[in-house]
Amino acid sequence: MSQTEYQTPRVEIAGENALILYFGEKTDPAVSAKVQQAVDALETVLADVLIDMVPSYASLLVIFNPLACDHLEVRRRIRTALSDQASGEASEGRLVKLPAYYSTESGPDLEDLATRANLSVEEVIKIHSEMEYRVYAIGFAPGFAYLGEVDERIAAPRLSTPRQKVPRGAVAIADRQTAVYPAVSPGGWNLIGLCPTRMFNPDATPSMPVQVGDRIRFEPIERDEFLSLGGEL
Amino acid sequence: MSGFKVLQPGLLTLIQDAGRIGQHRIGLTTGGPLDSNAFAWANRLLNNDSNATALEISIGGLVMEAQCDTYIVLTGASMPLKINGTEQEGWCAHKVQAGDRIDIGFSSAGARAYLAVSGGFTVAKSFTSTATVTREGIGGLNGEKLQQGDILPAEPAADQQVYRLPEAFRPDYTAAVSLRVITGYQQDAFSDVQKRLFFSSEYKVTDRADRMGYRLEGPQITPSIDGILSEGICHGAIQVPADGQPIVLLNDRQTIGGYPKIGSMIAMDTARLTQLLPGSAVSFEEISIDAAHNLRCLEQARFARTEPEAL
Repeated sequence: MSQTEYQTPRVEIAGENALILYFGEKTDPAVSAKVQQAVDALETVLADVLIDMVPSYASLLVIFNPLACDHLEVRRRIRTALSDQASGEASEGRLVKLPAYYSTESGPDLEDLATRANLSVEEVIKIHSEMEYRVYAIGFAPGFAYLGEVDERIAAPRLSTPRQKVPRGAVAIADRQTAVYPAVSPGGWNLIGLCPTRMFNPDATPSMPVQVGDRIRFEPIERDEFLSLGGEL
Repeated sequence: MSGFKVLQPGLLTLIQDAGRIGQHRIGLTTGGPLDSNAFAWANRLLNNDSNATALEISIGGLVMEAQCDTYIVLTGASMPLKINGTEQEGWCAHKVQAGDRIDIGFSSAGARAYLAVSGGFTVAKSFTSTATVTREGIGGLNGEKLQQGDILPAEPAADQQVYRLPEAFRPDYTAAVSLRVITGYQQDAFSDVQKRLFFSSEYKVTDRADRMGYRLEGPQITPSIDGILSEGICHGAIQVPADGQPIVLLNDRQTIGGYPKIGSMIAMDTARLTQLLPGSAVSFEEISIDAAHNLRCLEQARFARTEPEAL
């Protein structure tokens, strides 16, 4: 057993009708793949008692109906379903391409981030858009997908004073995570560009273009294309 | 369209059904009634479906005009209910007619009341539920709390058997509250001394108490870790940020977060907690998950067995 990846998940009590499964301790595609496999497996074996699941970086919260069964029964089913979880290989996931208009106009923190990283703006854009990211978790707000991990060279801490208003579509970095803000909201991440694709649209089906486990690549676009794709400055 | 016209929305009145489930994977929280017991009774006294859409009134101040003939009931916190200026009993169904004015005053005990109508308010569902979560802008009429002039759709109801809950079965929102907590999550990051302190001290509800979470104030609890890799947060989870003051996470909580958690409060007791106003004192009591399960089943059986009085 490696230090950061468990052979079988560690199961802890979360609440009266919730267990949390830990698959490792770090952000790691192999651990994330196990979380995803568990989501698929448990959806079937817990179908009659399941209320909801929350997959995240290295854990899976399982919420069950306490009037339909108890935690011992849920533990039994989890153990059986996950006892022979194939280790290691990350599932491929769908590749989703997100256009991004990187510029100092659309990304107010782009220049600062480049300066602190001792890179040019062009290099930051190149590094951010060349990496393939994985959707590790969705939360914080509807449609907010945590993508990881960005190259260490362009990792940047959160702003000391969060902005009152981050625009919808803002492409942002915090530490080694990156994301696209699904709606106007307060936020402390470093803004480096804008994405015209809506990350959360309650009137669309599906309401999100990505799900946990998907692979994401940002494709740099110019101002004109951004505007023609419906982007707003 | 028939229903009710909102003349004054009150401080915070929200359209709620039993809550939104199965949507955590796109980041949507549950919403739903903070006091699930009072909500369940409101629907039951009208013979409604247990998931029928009602109103959650925080603190009070709602005034509406009926635009159809139907029945209403008000349960939960003690807010004076008047129909056309005449005081009426809570926890008891009342017939209303088109043109009637319904006044709900400010609470003298408890913080949340539930107003149900026969058949429920006929609000369109979004993501399988009518529950309003203002932080997400989802549910209700437009993701917002009630506004003056809103029309709450409802169907007229024929004469039918309705009910009253005898006083002996109504909760006492002024009683001292010991809140039961199952230790779990990162409980190992809290030393025995820290846990003892938590379970033996008195805490106060602060004014930072809302549908997302109730921040409490009291002896500082210090976990051995500052943060964790973000993970799923269940209803009632108690997180302890760097200032050592616990926050009980509730219906409108974020679905994932990175603060250490000592465990979770059972739903029967978050219902009691959310009836408390800032300044109220609370204490915690440790309970096993098995005991919590038994309590939940007993509560369900008691609810089913309690016969309201036919009117």
